Amino acid sequence: MTPREVDPRELRARYPDVFDRPASARLAMPAMIVAAFALLIYGLVDLDFSPSRFFAGLSQLGWITLMMIPPDPGSSLPIYLKALGETLSIALLGTTLAAVFALPVSLLAARNIIPSQILRFPVRRFLDSIRGVDTLIWALVWINVVGLGPFAGVLAIAVSDFGAFGKLFSEAIEGADQKQVEGIRASGGSPLHEIRFGLLPQVLPVIAGQVLYFIESNTRSATIIGIVGAGGIGLQLAEQIRVLEWQKVSFLILMILVAVAAIDFISGKLRFAIIGRRAVA
Amino acid sequence: MTTAVSILPEQQLAVLNAAYRRAVGRRRLRLLGGIAIVAAALVLAAIGAEVNLRTLFTYFGNFVSYFDRILTLDSGQRVWTDAGEWLWGWRKWLKMLGETLLISYVGTLIGATFAFLLNFFAAENTSPAPWLRFVVRRLLEFARTVPGIVFALIFVIAFGLGPMAGVLAIAIHSTGALGKLFSEIVENADMKPVEGIRSTGASWLSCMRFAVVPQVTAGYASYALLRFEINVREASVMGFVGAGGIGQELVVAIRKFYYSDVSAILLTIIVTVFIIDITTGWLRSHLFGKEART
Repeated sequence: MTPREVDPRELRARYPDVFDRPASARLAMPAMIVAAFALLIYGLVDLDFSPSRFFAGLSQLGWITLMMIPPDPGSSLPIYLKALGETLSIALLGTTLAAVFALPVSLLAARNIIPSQILRFPVRRFLDSIRGVDTLIWALVWINVVGLGPFAGVLAIAVSDFGAFGKLFSEAIEGADQKQVEGIRASGGSPLHEIRFGLLPQVLPVIAGQVLYFIESNTRSATIIGIVGAGGIGLQLAEQIRVLEWQKVSFLILMILVAVAAIDFISGKLRFAIIGRRAVA
Repeated sequence: MTTAVSILPEQQLAVLNAAYRRAVGRRRLRLLGGIAIVAAALVLAAIGAEVNLRTLFTYFGNFVSYFDRILTLDSGQRVWTDAGEWLWGWRKWLKMLGETLLISYVGTLIGATFAFLLNFFAAENTSPAPWLRFVVRRLLEFARTVPGIVFALIFVIAFGLGPMAGVLAIAIHSTGALGKLFSEIVENADMKPVEGIRSTGASWLSCMRFAVVPQVTAGYASYALLRFEINVREASVMGFVGAGGIGQELVVAIRKFYYSDVSAILLTIIVTVFIIDITTGWLRSHLFGKEART
């Protein structure tokens, strides 16, 4: 094939949808970008961003960072280690509690167990509203009920994860293979038998993977619920930030980073051991 | 209809049965071991977290009655009987909600911009140098792992009280989270267009602009919208540490026991989060098609 001279006009005529796109299609993208940035500018003005304030804050932040070096726990290392243990306990216990309570409820929200839309709908909306409220808000509520301390943190994580687990578990149950359930039914099993022998063996590994993943992410949540007074390392962190002990702050942040990385590593290994090298939703 | 099931002779059956029992027994033993380890960890955790079941049982009534109280007006009636009285502060709350949405919007946009600028350096197939990739990845990891509200606590001291600290905290956290997701999209991009552009003698920048960006924008926008959704929740609690938004109102109402206000503010937050979830979900499925939903 020999290359030949191409007449641009001929190309234009042949591919009108490439060369002569209507103005509306060509302007849509720039218009969206302009609108997005207009909203950004409006937001910056409305939220009191001023360059002078920004740069003053930035130089402050520079000072703070300088004062953070080197990280140094002072004499409070044992307290911090205990607080870290508390944080891990909160994450583990809260997630487990949530999973235990969410499993039966998730059965009620699964389409293949409760076929009736009317029965399922309120359960789903209930779970949705629980999920709509942030863990920190639940922590504040529980502090009002059981007082300051890590126990309120456990309950806060348990409640907010209950909503998330209910949804995830019911999705796992809906994705399960019905053939095994039908097999149990064909051999004369009761509906409870169907769930126990047909459904649970299929969904338990998936659920275990999700629980482990949540323990991982709850370690992060548990580090912050202390900020409102619900125990754990966040309490120490918030306190040291308030009294401007920057070396201790940086040490605490490092501790959190190391702990989160360690939990990530361990639960990643466990997850692969339980469900094999499959992606966890 | 009758069916005949053939049963094996006794001796053959005994061997098979024994083998089955052994196999099941081994699995049960492993399961029991696992349960024992988990139970021990839970007990340790319960001690560590100062779990006190007696407190829970004594005060659990409080938890239930707390919801009873936040759903009761000062006049003693249920909140929904007098919506005007219940939502008396709606003007103020709507304004704070608007501020919350604005915080998450500005934070997400700034975060997405930085993530966009950084992600080509973090992706394995487009990074110009290994050391640069290492540095950028660690930076993103740091921004992602430190919780947003910790950044907010520090920024409140550096930049002063107000929404600015919240915006910057959300922006940094979003940079970390989106940077990772963006770079994963780039790693999955087709490299043939890059080779095509490079063979014309184009610079690295042109390769990114004309070969990679057209492939990945839909995925980027989809993830950014998802992040916006998450950031709305995040911004609703930024006020707890003085970083602007509706959280400020909520924490005051909870701490000062303005019961009906608590439920009213919670309601506005939940409704807003619902609306944002539904809108962004719709946008993501309609604007970016199926391939962008990963």
